[in-house]
Amino acid sequence: MATEILMPALSPTMEEGTLSKWMVKEGDTVSSGDILAEIETDKATMEFEATDEGIVGKILIAEGTEGVKVNTAIAIMVEEGEAVPEASAASVVAAPPVVASAPTVAAAPVAPVMDATPDWAADVPVKQTTVREALRDAMAEEMRRDENVFLMGEEVGEYQGAYKISQGLLDEFGAKRIIDTPITEHGFAGIATGAAFGGLRPIVEFMTFNFAMQAIDHIINSAAKTLYMSGGQMGAPMVFRGPNGAAARVGAQHSQCYAAWYMQIPGLKVVTPYSAADAKGLMKTAIRDPNPVIFLENEIMYGKAFDVPVMDDFTIPFGKAKIERSGDDVTIVTFGIGVTYALKAAEKLAEEGIAAEVVNLRTLRPMDTETILTSVRKTNRCVTVEEGWPQGSVGGYICNVIMQEAFDYLDAPVINCTGKDVPMPYAANLEKHALLTADDVVDACKKVTYR
Amino acid sequence: MSAKKTAAKSNVSAEELLGHYREMLMIRRFEEKAGQLYGMGLIGGFCHLYIGQEAVVVGLEAASKEGDKRVTSYRDHGHMLACGMDPKGIMAELTGREGGFSKGKGGSMHMFSKEKHFYGGHGIVAAQVPLGAGLAFSDKYKGNDNVTFAYFGDGAANQGQVYETYNMAELWSLPVVFVIENNQYAMGTSVKRSTKSPSLWERGKAYGIEGEEVDGMNVLAVKEAGERAVAHCRAGEGPYILEVKTYRYRGHSMSDPAKYRTREEVQKMREERDPIEQIRSMLLTGKLASEDDLKAIDKEIKGIVNEAAEFSKESPEPALEELWTDIYAKVEA
Repeated sequence: MATEILMPALSPTMEEGTLSKWMVKEGDTVSSGDILAEIETDKATMEFEATDEGIVGKILIAEGTEGVKVNTAIAIMVEEGEAVPEASAASVVAAPPVVASAPTVAAAPVAPVMDATPDWAADVPVKQTTVREALRDAMAEEMRRDENVFLMGEEVGEYQGAYKISQGLLDEFGAKRIIDTPITEHGFAGIATGAAFGGLRPIVEFMTFNFAMQAIDHIINSAAKTLYMSGGQMGAPMVFRGPNGAAARVGAQHSQCYAAWYMQIPGLKVVTPYSAADAKGLMKTAIRDPNPVIFLENEIMYGKAFDVPVMDDFTIPFGKAKIERSGDDVTIVTFGIGVTYALKAAEKLAEEGIAAEVVNLRTLRPMDTETILTSVRKTNRCVTVEEGWPQGSVGGYICNVIMQEAFDYLDAPVINCTGKDVPMPYAANLEKHALLTADDVVDACKKVTYR
Repeated sequence: MSAKKTAAKSNVSAEELLGHYREMLMIRRFEEKAGQLYGMGLIGGFCHLYIGQEAVVVGLEAASKEGDKRVTSYRDHGHMLACGMDPKGIMAELTGREGGFSKGKGGSMHMFSKEKHFYGGHGIVAAQVPLGAGLAFSDKYKGNDNVTFAYFGDGAANQGQVYETYNMAELWSLPVVFVIENNQYAMGTSVKRSTKSPSLWERGKAYGIEGEEVDGMNVLAVKEAGERAVAHCRAGEGPYILEVKTYRYRGHSMSDPAKYRTREEVQKMREERDPIEQIRSMLLTGKLASEDDLKAIDKEIKGIVNEAAEFSKESPEPALEELWTDIYAKVEA
């Protein structure tokens, strides 16, 4: 049977090309793999091979022809003893029609509804616990609950954790489940992600999130995207955790906040606890979540103690912000260690008669925008607070949400209080100026309240 | 440390040879069809064909058992066919349709099958190496005797994460076979132009990992080496490296100017070393099959491939709602 040889698409972007040279002539017998022609595409001159055997019956497009559209018949192949069909074949063959879809674009899922219920009932007893202990307790409880949960990272075992977060876990769970790794973030993040594909529930500790830069390919390309790329067949139920942001006097390479980076990625959930209760309740939720979770801790917060409810199973759902302090004059939206500055600022502002409402986001993805908007609609003013840099910040995204959803409620432009737009300096005086302070927040709040 | 040059056994049954012939031919015909559909604009983006390398996956699949896992790079169609994934679902994924293995959301480079223990299809060079070790980690953790095949190319073999993984895989005795599919070209850069190492598998020695070089154009040699590698892993002796010397006849992807090697080199390989021709002539000269027997197989495969191509054109594009699904797994209450 005669078959048409069509002008091939030889690159992802090719729509037409030049048929530079025929390497066969009419009457030639060709077999699979033989070069038929040289074709010049938008990228290069390429050899076009035969995919089937046959005889070149007729050449339809002469060599040297420019602008030959993809899918144009360029030659006709026949079998031994077969006549060449008439020139009707020389017409341009349209690409097979793609099954049409409805022209409407499906809507993005809607934001969660605001939930203002307290994290635990008023009659539950509480115990003062440090953030460090809360994280350890959460991991231990979940490891007792599910034997597929394990912890992997540098110095998590025998050293008892570079920041002592995993203190005592090796004794309880043994070396099979508390795994010391060589210093090789890229490799062990990939191994942990593969283990998650295989049905385990890894917790990966990065000694700091600065070092996770070595592993960010696996976090994003392997862990976050696989569920989507596999059409829902498999994903990576796992937690990447460790201290994030500036510690003290450790310089530029150890002092970066990655909240805005990870918050950008669909497929990741991003958790930024403030208190020990946040740390415990959110960590337990993170370990149970069937998705990759980025859990951004803060070294400076590890030793701080807070009330944590004494309960068998205390969890905090993702996407539920917490109003840390109520007020009617200005909304301060923040997360993680930023809550510390916001609460201090609110205290000072109260002395001057300004009532600030402090919203602790707790998770950045999903983000409880409903709580932010409800508060802004009440106060009509907003300041965001974060340690990270200003360009492409968490606050920048919040501004965008407020503008679109509550523009008419605003009585002043939103201000983003951020770290200064510089790599972290080492010198004590410079570092102090690079970091965010409660006074910066006070000043911003006064600005938006015109005081 | 073994460094055996593998030689094929001669006492192989007709049934086995026919099986290898059939599976390799399936890959070749499927890939030729994919190339055609690409030329017609039905397949978009990147499309990396496996033509020439068929003996690698067919030989190693013959050495595996149910429960074993595999993970590879973006040149993945052959691996999927060899582990038993439906050609229709693969082709429909290439055309970006609802009936594809990833519902059209993954494409040529990103396909998976939980049922067949195929873990991708990864587009980042060498990412599949630690992922494969991680899959092996999960089996060792669970205490079963499954093995993972982590396939990667000579190009990926220069990535740092490969050596991070070698180190941990041997340290933790993970049951993973690292399969270096050395087709001699990382895109357009020949091995000679990218390293002075005399061989790639020997780099494993620095980490204490055993391995060997294998003739990747000979399916029987590949299978035999695969059996040794798998036995090593199942015995709890940790990882094993197979450097399988193979050759890709087609370009790196569809847009390949083919200027980095000579036409004669490709032609010589096809004429003298072709893995399918080798088995074909064993079958014919050994009188284990007749021309007609082989023609019947050719015809059957052509039918299957054509059916897959038809399915891939008829299957509808995914519903627009699919844009928003499978981003997050549902949290169990």
